[in-house]
Amino acid sequence: MNQDASKDPASYTLYHPRWYRPQVSVYWWLGEWHYLKFILRELSSVFVAVFVVETLLMVSALRDGPEAYAHFQQCMRNPLVIVLNVVSFFFIVFHAITWFNLAPSAMPVRVGGKKLPEVLVAAPSYVAWLIVSAFVCWVVLH
Amino acid sequence: MTKPSNEAFFWMLFSAGGVVAALLIPVQLFLFFIAFPLGWLQAPAYDSLLSLVRMPLVRLYLFILCSLPLFHWAHRFRYTLYDGLKVKHLTGLIFVLCYGGAVLGTVIAAYLLWTT
Repeated sequence: MNQDASKDPASYTLYHPRWYRPQVSVYWWLGEWHYLKFILRELSSVFVAVFVVETLLMVSALRDGPEAYAHFQQCMRNPLVIVLNVVSFFFIVFHAITWFNLAPSAMPVRVGGKKLPEVLVAAPSYVAWLIVSAFVCWVVLH
Repeated sequence: MTKPSNEAFFWMLFSAGGVVAALLIPVQLFLFFIAFPLGWLQAPAYDSLLSLVRMPLVRLYLFILCSLPLFHWAHRFRYTLYDGLKVKHLTGLIFVLCYGGAVLGTVIAAYLLWTT
């Protein structure tokens, strides 16, 4: 009786069917420039947060009086802080460029049923960037 | 039926913060944290900077400059941790830390700008 069951290989098998679950490394984004670019763009947000913290420290120092503000300025002249801020600047400019260039894909503009070329949709962002930057410089420096 | 989700709300904050960060942070960062400390440009004196910051419109500007980009950071950093570093098991904690940080920064900004 028992022999019958062991003769029938279809009724039971030792092999468990494997799920298709490819293992992705934690460093999956290092291999290809597109993936690396994606991660660098996402990391720019960390420098955005650093900038906000510095700005809040500046306002706090301004609020506390001339001595506190002078001390804050002294801290900002530290070479390590300068290096951090230069790196931040490049990351945030990278964020800005990728952000403006994405706009045509995020909201394609159609005129008379035809899609406008992407350059024409992105261009106003760059013009606005220039005008806003010039205005901030004028307010701060004049 | 799918569950209603808050994702659109957070995405709008992310998107608004992305615009503010792209348009305003490069010039602000360059002036205050690179050009002035290095002496490339003459930094405004304490009194004139203080009176500038006390103008209502400038207070509002600085509030927006600080708050919205923090929500932009919260969204991006959250997904960097989920997708980039694949820490999916801490989803709830990461969410609370990221958006908690953004809310805390917003409250601090409001308090500082209100009392300056």
